[in-house]
Amino acid sequence: MTPLLELSGLVKRFPVRDALGRRAGAVHAVDGVSLAVAKGEVLAIVGESGCGKSTLGRLMLRLIEPDAGSVRFDGEDLGALSPAALRARRRDMQLIFQDPFASLDPRMTVEQAVAEPLRLHRIVPREQEAARVAELLSRVGLRPELARRWPHEFSGGQRQRVAIARALASNPRLIVGDEPVSALDVSVQAQVVNLLSDLIRDLGLTFVLISHDLGVVRHVADRVAVMYLGRIVEQGPAREVLSAPRHPYTRALLAAVPGHGVKAPPLEGDVPSPIAPPPGCRFHTRCPFAEARCRDSVPELGGGDHRVACHLADSLPAPEPLPPRLAGGDRLRRLQSFFRAPAPNQGAQS
Amino acid sequence: MTPALEVIGLTLDFRQEGRSLRVLDGVSFRVEAGRTLAIVGESGCGKSVTALAIMGLLPGTARIGGTIRLGGRDLGAMSAEQRRLLRGGEMAMIFQEPMTSLNPAFTAGDQVAEALRLHQGLDKAAAFAEAVRMLDRVRIPDASRRAKQYPHQLSGGMRQRVMIAMALACKPRLLIADEPTTALDVTVQAQILALLDEMKRETGTAVILVTHDLGVVADHADDVAVMYAGRIAEQAPAAALFARPEHPYTAGLLGAAPGEGEPGERLASIEGTVPDLRAPPPGCRFAPRCPFAVARCDSVPPLVEVAPGHATACWRAPLDQVLEAA
Repeated sequence: MTPLLELSGLVKRFPVRDALGRRAGAVHAVDGVSLAVAKGEVLAIVGESGCGKSTLGRLMLRLIEPDAGSVRFDGEDLGALSPAALRARRRDMQLIFQDPFASLDPRMTVEQAVAEPLRLHRIVPREQEAARVAELLSRVGLRPELARRWPHEFSGGQRQRVAIARALASNPRLIVGDEPVSALDVSVQAQVVNLLSDLIRDLGLTFVLISHDLGVVRHVADRVAVMYLGRIVEQGPAREVLSAPRHPYTRALLAAVPGHGVKAPPLEGDVPSPIAPPPGCRFHTRCPFAEARCRDSVPELGGGDHRVACHLADSLPAPEPLPPRLAGGDRLRRLQSFFRAPAPNQGAQS
Repeated sequence: MTPALEVIGLTLDFRQEGRSLRVLDGVSFRVEAGRTLAIVGESGCGKSVTALAIMGLLPGTARIGGTIRLGGRDLGAMSAEQRRLLRGGEMAMIFQEPMTSLNPAFTAGDQVAEALRLHQGLDKAAAFAEAVRMLDRVRIPDASRRAKQYPHQLSGGMRQRVMIAMALACKPRLLIADEPTTALDVTVQAQILALLDEMKRETGTAVILVTHDLGVVADHADDVAVMYAGRIAEQAPAAALFARPEHPYTAGLLGAAPGEGEPGERLASIEGTVPDLRAPPPGCRFAPRCPFAVARCDSVPPLVEVAPGHATACWRAPLDQVLEAA
């Protein structure tokens, strides 16, 4: 089956200039990334700041041009499309940003914000617009009578719901969420994560989740790709990558999530500058297992369902299993069952 | 023994558009030397203003009530000048974004040295030498070279290390860390939190860790105060809080953090939003969102002990009774 989205050999560099405007190198934001996302799949792209995950998200939607490589959407090369054809394609691909305060125009009411893509892509005739907006708002758990309000009247969680409604307006097939719940408080975050899970399931959406939060990723992703300094170091089924990580960086990333009772930091030092990434395996400067060949040759990602770009992947000792996070036991689970809203989209007005 | 810090019945009111807004409503806790108290809660619960009230960093429009004692001395009885001299000396604070608290025009070493000159009376050369030693102690590689660099030349993790060096240079009795790792990547966060633990053990400083992250609390706090809408909802030793939460809000928060249960399972979501402090609910402030609320919750529940050192402000506690009745 053709994947809905297929990236191959994507490269993106951003020039860096010195104080006099002379070219002084480049940030190697994305450096040879190939990925396929199947229809209806939730793929998470994880990694720390500067790993290139947000740039990759923008390349996927062709919001920025790659320096090399291609993006195919439903078999069609987006790079070969005319500007008009690309614009028409945009209705199928939407982006949700982290900060709903920045992504909504403060001079547009909620109704105007949600109706804009309807009009742009001629989704419904004018006279049906209001009804469609109301339907979209209730779909994301907002009362339709809020349509006349302005973004500043809403909380962060409500604004993110508006942004989701706006993204859904053009009936997209693919949504890329760039840290869509990272700015929200945990109780509101849970409501929005539940909403996204419902939408993905009910609408059969294909979703690319860009996130640094492995808890959210574990909760919603089918597959995971882990990035480090512009490259994918590991990818595979979420359950496998997150419970049996094979790359030393993935292991460290998982062990660094607080709450497991691991007190010693799993990694020393900072991520090297993406302007001058280390040769060979980019992780070798921080890797506790690195050998001479890791400095010299670039490890390939390999094939198969669960791929890892590490020379030593097959010889590494199995990682210590992490103790469960914040394990509260049966009593806590029973208490929490009272909070779990059984039916989706009822009364959630975050 | 006198605790390092004791806060009794702290209230905070802001004047806003001619009306008074009560932001903190009777907050009490104590922190012993060499221990970490985590104050945890969501935006607007009052955790950061509690920290600022202790430091004396709130604007003049804030009206503070209650008692704050540092090493037994009543801070409310001190002059503004006396309070100013405590800051950076006996009490220090680090913030989420070190770039906004570091002066971009001075080198890392100069900024650490300034605290030492001001509070310990060291001369310029001695203060700089001690600053380099502190930078080395917070594990800044090549400290004598880094000391001569400006904040923009340092990574986020490195800047937070400089802040910690600055805060601990004068061996404060109390260190308040307000979301110290929220802006950092997870692998760097782990380094900074381990460093804070280590420095606390070495210096015996009492630490208040203000955070929204329950994972951070579980790994790095000795005691926890959970705040909701300007009040303490629950207070307990960290292990007890996670094993047997006795406030419904705590239980809800623990369930809302994704990644603990089965993938795809619905997260425990606390419906609704935090109350508007201009018109808070009359009794328990969590009651409108609480699945266990009863008529009695219309009056304010006192914070009472349910086990040694474990107190909760809930009429329905202990919650085992609620579960048995269900």
